[in-house]
Amino acid sequence: MPQSPGLFYQVHFYLFGLLAIASALAFVTRKSPVAAALWLVSVMFNLAALYVMMDAHFVGAIQVLVYAGAIMVVFLFVVMLLNLGHPDELSDIRGRWGRLAAGGVGLALLAQIMVLARTRFAPELQVPANPVFGGPPDRGAVGTVAQPLFTEHLLAFELTSILLLAAIVGAVAIGKRRTAP
Amino acid sequence: MIHGFFALAQVPDPQSPAPFGVWFLATVIKMIGLFTVWMVGVAYMTLAERRISAWIQDRRGPNRVGPHGLLQPIADGVKNIMKEETLPPYANRALFFLAPMLSFAPAMMAWAVIPFGASWASQWGRIDMVFADLPIGFLFVLAITSLGVYGIVLAGWSSNNKYALLGGLRSSAQMVSYEISMGLSLIPVLLLTGNVTLSAVVNAQATLHVWNALSLGVACFIFVTAAFAETNRLPFDLPEAESELITGYHTEYSAMKFSLFFIAEYANMITASAMIATLFFGGWDIPFTSADNAGAVSFPMVLLSMLIFALKVAFFLFLFIWVRWTLPRFRYDQLMSLGWKVFLPVALAYIVIIAALILALDAAGLARGLVYGLILFGVNAVLLGLLFLGLDRGRIVSPASPPASVARLASLRQAAAARARLSAMEPR
Repeated sequence: MPQSPGLFYQVHFYLFGLLAIASALAFVTRKSPVAAALWLVSVMFNLAALYVMMDAHFVGAIQVLVYAGAIMVVFLFVVMLLNLGHPDELSDIRGRWGRLAAGGVGLALLAQIMVLARTRFAPELQVPANPVFGGPPDRGAVGTVAQPLFTEHLLAFELTSILLLAAIVGAVAIGKRRTAP
Repeated sequence: MIHGFFALAQVPDPQSPAPFGVWFLATVIKMIGLFTVWMVGVAYMTLAERRISAWIQDRRGPNRVGPHGLLQPIADGVKNIMKEETLPPYANRALFFLAPMLSFAPAMMAWAVIPFGASWASQWGRIDMVFADLPIGFLFVLAITSLGVYGIVLAGWSSNNKYALLGGLRSSAQMVSYEISMGLSLIPVLLLTGNVTLSAVVNAQATLHVWNALSLGVACFIFVTAAFAETNRLPFDLPEAESELITGYHTEYSAMKFSLFFIAEYANMITASAMIATLFFGGWDIPFTSADNAGAVSFPMVLLSMLIFALKVAFFLFLFIWVRWTLPRFRYDQLMSLGWKVFLPVALAYIVIIAALILALDAAGLARGLVYGLILFGVNAVLLGLLFLGLDRGRIVSPASPPASVARLASLRQAAAARARLSAMEPR
């Protein structure tokens, strides 16, 4: 990545950002669940492109591999299995008040982002300018993530894995239950 | 900028990367060249499949169009373009059109990171025979090829046909399941190489003087098997399964859109073969020599390394066809139990073993070289033997359920006898 992002870089960065926002809007406005799920895949893909442009290659790859390639496929799988009937009868968008409330929450979030973007933080709260290349340069894309994960953040990492394991065991326990509760 | 654009004579060192203009031109030429070879390869794979299947089944195969049937793919292409495009009523129009493209594009994109030859020490600087040696290497290939399932799933859903939907559902379950084994089988490669870029994997195998197929045999076996499942080839072609689902997800497709699914299948096979060759069989590295590993090399050596790579890929393409016309199709529950109950635990245990072994060998102060590779090969030969012994005892793969016990057989016989008595008492 060049020190000062060039025009080429900026154009693509904002292009992917706009595509992500447009896909997100399409995702919440589509009535058909399959179409909505596909727009969500598009959001994930554009976010992965943004991660890669910010030199977080590993996060970008995992974003596509895990979210777009596995989780959303399972989403689609479930939506198709449920066979939800005609899309016109399925709309989740509730009346006028629901729309107003949703719009209000959206505007509040937008205002929060704008305020956060203009606030100056104390230096200890700020992320270093280019955190991905903080470590030794020869570790590759995986090593830069793995090094802090298995040294500084080992406890959090292991606790998260136990949480995931508990979720898996719970899913199996529910799946194996034969009689109705 | 313009001044340095074609500053060809200013780079005296052929080992340093070429300037931007040369790099750009070389990339365009590489893209056109590789795409041409690849598409012609896909077309002739269809012919190779039919000829080899005929050879295996003691038939002649297509041999009428042109000498030895060599013009058959062109005739097929013309036929597919001239045929009528059909659109089933109640199909989802947009997704019905999108699905064939979505199944085709990922196979092509994966080629961006696969190195297909040694670097060329040209007079304009070093030119790498890879489009983009991304820092995420084979993770990119895994991520991109995992998107191929959308084409099949959407084709099945948008056709509004029960057979197509069943094919799509089977495919999504199958590909998600085997993706996990595939990803886990690559972690030993990452452990041994220390990096995920494919050029590093090729170089690591050259340093060990032993292919990863030998030094990481179990991982290679799992990866190759998972590659068959990911490309929907026999013995794992359940998404198509002609005898059960007509042709599964592409039942409603015709003409060029149908053809595109076939192109996607063969394209995926070529990409999978290239991945197997690169990750486990040395990639473009010329065997028994080290002249090609010293950095950028002369143009004849580059061509030779490309030829070696093409031969390796061709061998695995032959393997795909060979297996298809040799093995019968798995049942769906067998497919799932093989993926989840055999390959997943084996891959996880193998990661632990290989990690411990690499740690021990490094702690013993052994440098990466032939001895290191041979020790790994020895351990893997034992592990592979144990794995095959476990797989081949008729408990896991062949029957989906264990053999009936004596008590169960006795109760079944009693039930049969009771049924026979009942039917004998009934008036006719």
